[in-house]
Amino acid sequence: MHVCPLRQSMNKKNGVKKFKAVVVGASAGGIKALGTVLSAFSADFPVPILVVQHLHPNSDSYLIHMLASQCALTVKQADEKEAIEAGTVYVAPPNYHLLVEEDFTLSLTVDPRVNFSRPSVDVLFETAVYAYREALIGVVLTGANGDGSQGVKLIRKLGGYIVVQDPATAEAEAMPRAAIAAVRVDRILALEQIGPHLVQLINRGCQITDI
Amino acid sequence: MDDIETQNLELQLLLQAVYLKYGYDFRNYAKASIKRRILHRLTAEKLPNISAMQHLLLYDEGFFGRLLLDLSINVTEMFRDPNFYLAIRQHVIPQLRELPYLKIWHAGCSTGEEVYSMAIVLKEEGLYDRTQIYATDMNEVVLRQAREGIFAISHLKQYTANYQKAGGQESFSNYYSAHYDHVVMDKSLKKRILFSDHNLATDGVFGEMNLIMCRNVLIYFDRDLQNRVFNLFRESLCDNGFLCLGSKESVRLSTHSGVFADVVKEEKIYQKRLHDLSC
Repeated sequence: MHVCPLRQSMNKKNGVKKFKAVVVGASAGGIKALGTVLSAFSADFPVPILVVQHLHPNSDSYLIHMLASQCALTVKQADEKEAIEAGTVYVAPPNYHLLVEEDFTLSLTVDPRVNFSRPSVDVLFETAVYAYREALIGVVLTGANGDGSQGVKLIRKLGGYIVVQDPATAEAEAMPRAAIAAVRVDRILALEQIGPHLVQLINRGCQITDI
Repeated sequence: MDDIETQNLELQLLLQAVYLKYGYDFRNYAKASIKRRILHRLTAEKLPNISAMQHLLLYDEGFFGRLLLDLSINVTEMFRDPNFYLAIRQHVIPQLRELPYLKIWHAGCSTGEEVYSMAIVLKEEGLYDRTQIYATDMNEVVLRQAREGIFAISHLKQYTANYQKAGGQESFSNYYSAHYDHVVMDKSLKKRILFSDHNLATDGVFGEMNLIMCRNVLIYFDRDLQNRVFNLFRESLCDNGFLCLGSKESVRLSTHSGVFADVVKEEKIYQKRLHDLSC
């Protein structure tokens, strides 16, 4: 059992918190890293996974095909107003921000770049945590800028769970380092350990310790 | 009610106040983006909460001006999605060429980058001189920028590459003059463009159009407001008129889907069917 601090929980049972969604941010080196993480999930994975991978604005659907081939779950590009479903990987389209609405649907915008990025990890994380609150897991993978560090701060503040790729195993270490510097994270893990850890977290929940 | 729920309530009240006092209706916008923008303004103004912002909003019109910019600026670029403009050249222009006179409505034109892009395409295809373009936005500040046609030179490399991928036939530099850090679009491109104020959430039909461009605007609206706007477009288009949306937008999930046929599906170019008896 993993231990995570929590002030409030609407979905705890017998002192165990259930997670309802995973958000993942990745940049340089991320395509390979995402493949490794997603390959750990079986087709009955009970929660949705929302992904921001920085890409060139005019890139095609290569990333979707690539991830789908490595993952038992449905992998698709996120559509605006789409209702979020369990067992599905939603990937932000190139040149659009991906946002989670509090009614658990998805929005896309062409708002200005955040951290020079559109899609931006911060935008996904910050909106997702307003929707899922403490039942959200945020994962920061390899990347060469600081996108995601504001997002993990809000996830921390609202009681969610944060996993960061060990910078030593990251192709580009700036993004995981920025996240670790921004806030106390729950786990720093080697790339290969992240997928299995998420499976365990989702299946068993996390032990609540009151503070 | 916890702090987040209280904040959402404040946000709802703020949008209501914006509507009641200033007539701009953001109540049917997708919430997550609006909330981010409002919270940014909150931080920038060093205000403690949205209720404090409400006070400022009601008593300080200058503040409303800043907030309106926050709420209404959508980022755009010249020849955004070059394949879209290529599709316009290949599949739409040949049909437009048959018409003696063309009316085009660019709804939600923001700072005008895509209006000038379309003007360039029409010019190169020999249709510009018989076209009237109506470029509208709800925000006077961005309309002024659009009318001036002045853009930062730092984007020009990207715009030139987009122009070429979009089937551009000239040297892109023919269309602007460069001054230090900015470029000014050529006067001849502005000749047939009328920039004016129009709010898709509250205003109605103002003419019969052969083509309506509205790209990356509807993604900001909820389904009800999207349906309102699709109805407005349907009533504004003549038979066989074209509707062009952004790459992640679709008429297919709206109540007006049946009215529109696909022209180039992947570029979200639609055409209003003949004999739309219901309008």
